[in-house]
Amino acid sequence: MTQQLLNAIFIGSIYALFAVGYTLVFGVLDVLNLAHSAVFMLGAVITYSLVALHGVPFIFAALVAVLVCGLLGLVIEFVALRPLRRRNAPPISALISTIGLALIFVAIVEQATPGTLFSWLWQDGANSVRFPTGAVPNPTYHVAGLTLEGTKLGILATSVVLMLVLGYVIRFTQVGRALRAVAENRRAATLLGIDVDRIFASTLFLSSALGGLAGLLFGLALSDISPYIGRDQVELKGLAVIVLGGMGSIPGAVVGGYLLGLIEVLAFVRFGSNVEAGVAFAALFLMLVLRPQGLFGARLKERL
Amino acid sequence: MDFFIQLFTDPVLFYNSHELLIAQVGVNSILAISLFVTFYSGQLTLANAGFMAVGAYTTVIMSLYLPLPLPVDILVGTLLAGAVGFLVGLPVLRLRGIFLAIATIGFVEALRLGVILNVPITGEGQGLKNPGADPLGGIVPILVSLPIIAYLVWRLTRAKVGHAWAAIREDELAASSNGINVPLYKMIAFVIGALLAGYAGALETHINFFVDPTEYSVTRAIQILTFAVAGGTTNVLGPIVGALFLTSLPEIIRQASAYRDVVNGVILILVIIFRPQGIVAGGGLAINRPRWWPQNWRLRGRAASAN
Repeated sequence: MTQQLLNAIFIGSIYALFAVGYTLVFGVLDVLNLAHSAVFMLGAVITYSLVALHGVPFIFAALVAVLVCGLLGLVIEFVALRPLRRRNAPPISALISTIGLALIFVAIVEQATPGTLFSWLWQDGANSVRFPTGAVPNPTYHVAGLTLEGTKLGILATSVVLMLVLGYVIRFTQVGRALRAVAENRRAATLLGIDVDRIFASTLFLSSALGGLAGLLFGLALSDISPYIGRDQVELKGLAVIVLGGMGSIPGAVVGGYLLGLIEVLAFVRFGSNVEAGVAFAALFLMLVLRPQGLFGARLKERL
Repeated sequence: MDFFIQLFTDPVLFYNSHELLIAQVGVNSILAISLFVTFYSGQLTLANAGFMAVGAYTTVIMSLYLPLPLPVDILVGTLLAGAVGFLVGLPVLRLRGIFLAIATIGFVEALRLGVILNVPITGEGQGLKNPGADPLGGIVPILVSLPIIAYLVWRLTRAKVGHAWAAIREDELAASSNGINVPLYKMIAFVIGALLAGYAGALETHINFFVDPTEYSVTRAIQILTFAVAGGTTNVLGPIVGALFLTSLPEIIRQASAYRDVVNGVILILVIIFRPQGIVAGGGLAINRPRWWPQNWRLRGRAASAN
C-alpha cells in the first residue's frame, strides 16, 4: 500500500507539472490549449529520438527537448491563437484551432515509420517504446521495505524544484507580476504599458516547455512513449486536474495533480484497474456539477 | 482524380463500388447534424459520441438477446440515447462554454471507461459481434432518413424553437430577459442532439459487423466537431457538406490517406482562421491584413485629397 502511495506521489508530480502548464495558459490567455497534450507527447518523442536514434546523452537530450517544446508553444501562439485574437474571435474558435494543431502533431508522429517523411524524428509509427536500457542511469534503492527507483526520485525532485521556481518567478519577479496583471485584466495591463502579446508568447513558451518536460518524465517513469500518450494518458486527466484545482490557479493545479494521483491509486487499490481509468472523469464530472470553480478557483463566478 | 471521373461518368457503378463510403458519409452527416443542433443553440457539447455509443450498444444487445425486429431495436436505442441525454443534460446545462465542453468530455470518457469497459453484457474491451449487420442493405435507411432529418431540423430552425435557440446563442441573458425559457430550450436542443446521435449510432451498427468501445471516444466526437465546424454552423446543409467532404477526403486523395488526420487538422485550422463560418455560409474570407496593407486605397486617396 505504501508502495502504491509512493507511486501516487510520482504520477501526481507528472500530472501536476502538466496541469500547471495547462492552467497557466488558461489563466493568462483565457484559452484552453488542447494542443498541450500533443506537446507533452512530443517532449517524450523528441527525447527518445535524440537518445535512441541519434545517440545523444539523456540529460542533454532532455534539455533540447524542453527547449523545442517551448518553441512549439510559440508555434501554437503564432499559428493558432494570434490570428484569432486579432479578429476578436470567440473563445470556442481558439479551442477548435488548438484541437486542429494537436491533430496534426499526433498524426505526424503516428505516421512516422522508417522511410517516410518524418523518420528522422520517430520510426515506430503507432507503437509504444521505452527508453533503451542503460540510456538513463537508474539506481534502485531499497529503504524500509520500499523500492525507490532513481528515476522516480529524480522526477519528484525536478517537479518540486520547478514548481518552487515557478512560484518564485510568478510571485517575486517583474515578469511574474506582468503575467499576473495580464491574467487579472488584459486591458488594464495594456494601459500600464505591459506588452501583452509578448506576455502571451512567453506564457505559451513556458507552459509548453513544462508540458514537454512532463512528457519526457512520463516516458521515463512509465517506460511508455507513443504518439498516443498525450491523448490517452494525460489530456483528459489534465483537464480533470485543472477542474479539480480550479482553472487559472497554479497552486490549484499542483494540489489537483497530487489529488488525482491519490484518487487514482486509491481507486486502483480498492476497485481494480478497470474502474481506475474512469475515476478521473467521474471526479471531473462531479466537480463540475457541484463546484465548478474547483478547489482554489475564485475568479469564475461570472462565467456561470 | 479517377474518383471524380467515375462519379460523373458512371454513377451506378460508382454507387455500387462505394456503398460503404456513402453509408459512412450518411451516418457522419446525421452525427454532424446532431452536433449542429446543439451548436445552433450556443452549446458546444462533445457528448454525442457517448449518446451514439448508447444507441449502438442498445441496438446490438437487443438484437442479440431479444427476438424483436430490427426497426424496434433501433427505435429503442434512439429513445434510450435521448433519455440518457436528458439525464446528462440536467446537471450539465447550467455550465457554459468551455465548462460544458469539458463536462461532456468527462461524460463520454466516463461512459466509455467506466461503463462500457466494465459491464459484461457489452462485451467489455472486445466489443460485441453483430450478426444481424447488413452492410449493403443498411445503406437504404440511412439514405432515406438523412433528407428527412435534414428537413425536420431545417423546419425547427425556422420555427419558434429555432428562433429561441438563435437568441440563446447570441446572448443568453438578453434571451432570458425577453421571456425565453432558456433552460428548457437548451434541454430541447440537447435531447434532440442526443436522439439524433443515438439514431446514427444505431444505424452505424447496422452496417458494421461489430461494435467496439474505441469507436465512441472523444476522438470521434472531435472528428464530428470537425465536420460540423468545417461545413458551417449557420445552416443545416453545412454539417452535411462537411461530413461529405471530410469523410471522402481519404478516398479522393489516395496517396495521402495515411495523413488523413494531418489534413483534417490543417483544414480545421484553416477554416477556423480564415473562414470561421464554414464552407456553407454567407460572408467572405476572414483575412487579417497586416498593418502596412492599404485598407481601401480608393477611399484613402479621396479622404486625403478632400483634406
